[in-house]
Amino acid sequence: MSRGGRLGLYLFLVPVLLWLLLLIVIPHIDLLVMSFRGEDDLGEPVWTLANYINFFGDSIYWLTFARTAVYALLVTFLTFVVTFPVAFYITKVARVRYGGLLLILLLMPFWVSELVRVYGWMILLRESGVINHFLLSLGLLDRPVEFLYNDATMIMGLVYTSMLFMAVPLISSLEGMDDSLIEAAHDLGASRFTIFFRVVIPYIAPGITSGSIVVFMLTLGNYLTPNLLGGKNSLWFTEQIYNEFIASFNWNQGAAFGFLLLLLSSAFIWIGLKLSRQTLGRTLT
Amino acid sequence: MIRSLPSNRSYSFGFGLYIVLFYLFLFAPLLVTCVLAFNDSDFPALPWKGFTLDWFTAETRDRVGIFRDQANLTSIWVSFQTAFFVSLLSLVVGTMGAFLFEQERFRFREGLYFLALAPLVIPGVILGISILLTANGAGLLLEERFGLDVELLRPSFWLVVLGQFSFITTFVLLVVSARLKKFDTSLEEAALNLGAGRLQVIWLIVLPFLRPALIGAGAVAFLMSFENFNTTLFLVGSDTTLPVNLYLQVRDGSTPVINAISFLLIIGTSLMALLSLFFRRR
Repeated sequence: MSRGGRLGLYLFLVPVLLWLLLLIVIPHIDLLVMSFRGEDDLGEPVWTLANYINFFGDSIYWLTFARTAVYALLVTFLTFVVTFPVAFYITKVARVRYGGLLLILLLMPFWVSELVRVYGWMILLRESGVINHFLLSLGLLDRPVEFLYNDATMIMGLVYTSMLFMAVPLISSLEGMDDSLIEAAHDLGASRFTIFFRVVIPYIAPGITSGSIVVFMLTLGNYLTPNLLGGKNSLWFTEQIYNEFIASFNWNQGAAFGFLLLLLSSAFIWIGLKLSRQTLGRTLT
Repeated sequence: MIRSLPSNRSYSFGFGLYIVLFYLFLFAPLLVTCVLAFNDSDFPALPWKGFTLDWFTAETRDRVGIFRDQANLTSIWVSFQTAFFVSLLSLVVGTMGAFLFEQERFRFREGLYFLALAPLVIPGVILGISILLTANGAGLLLEERFGLDVELLRPSFWLVVLGQFSFITTFVLLVVSARLKKFDTSLEEAALNLGAGRLQVIWLIVLPFLRPALIGAGAVAFLMSFENFNTTLFLVGSDTTLPVNLYLQVRDGSTPVINAISFLLIIGTSLMALLSLFFRRR
């Protein structure tokens, strides 16, 4: 059923088309085209595969790419492990009013800019930081230790930044789950582990998928946290893109990197959706 | 196990302890940042040297508080303006999109809907560089063909607005669509029977019904824009937004002025969060 005839349709269609064509479709076509462009020996623009050959030829590039992908998967898994108990506690264990309060507290830090949260971790963890100060005055350390600029801290920071996007879908899935399912399993003698793996996890699988997709995508595309907490030797692929665009001013190379990252992120989302038999629309809402 | 089932002592204790530790982990960086904004020391670090408001109000040779710090104040103002225009634009186009996908039937509707959702699952860095490429390409073309120099197409205030608008609109679209799905169409039919036109129905009946969703989506769009970093980083010109400006300062070393700004941001966003909760309750 279409209401109000053609006029209504075009009134809504035109702005939406302009938005999607000018800011999404054309820029991504440009990205793809740019990634196959380059200059020949005379400096003339030509079509070339050089940008992709560079990527596969130089191990620093594809190793960083693989590293970013593996770490993003690890972060997604860890985020689930860390947030699931909290989501379960809020929805199933805590008294109802108390659960509401815990939920508000859980959401609050994520309204604050990511930069502020990362900065907070920096002043906690660095060599002259607050944690070192306490460890020294308690006599647990003789001299300060640099906790920043390593992979473990970077992963911790990425998990911290991502928790909200896992917690919200988990909580809404768990809220939809009838307590009697767990009670029935318990009455039939199931252990906690059986209940967890055979009853709870299958029920909230759609929530886990939504959370994982968003967390993986955001982690893969994060620049701030790896850059500030990870330090020099913790190269993240977005840093390579930034370097090509801003430092080396080699936009063709940067476009190829960007397109590869987009491909990786889309592939993961597609696999996630296929495995859980969901559509993008249902996952995002 | 759960509320209605008996559980043993060690399980409840262990679970409770985990929750306490989790919330400690969650709030530690924010609390420490806030506390150190008031420390009378030149570095944002312990030991505690006494309470001071210098990092907010001082204007001496060594210490310039945030209220006197022109560069940071300017970037806060730029972020406010950016967030204002982004939330306005994305609210208008996002709402139109919600009407389009919820109430209209046309060919390629499914495909277009998929495309409209895509911006939320494209990494922000990619959106930033691809919009930069297109704007730059279009700018070069206009300059070569027509000798025009369009500021919008170079990294600038308006390019940042467009870049953030490109994905925040999807968010607005989803929130408004969810509310529109609950709209009782008999209200609309009644109005149409009584002789109202389509636009009158939307303006007088549907939009008032959507108001809570519009306020909520507008507030979140404002915050998303205000704190956006990844997309903005590639599109920003000389008007740096607050997150980019703070990033440059944090990268090159830190002073307690950053703590003072963070403190204001934390207080500001918490107040906004509480307000939106309050509105949702009512």
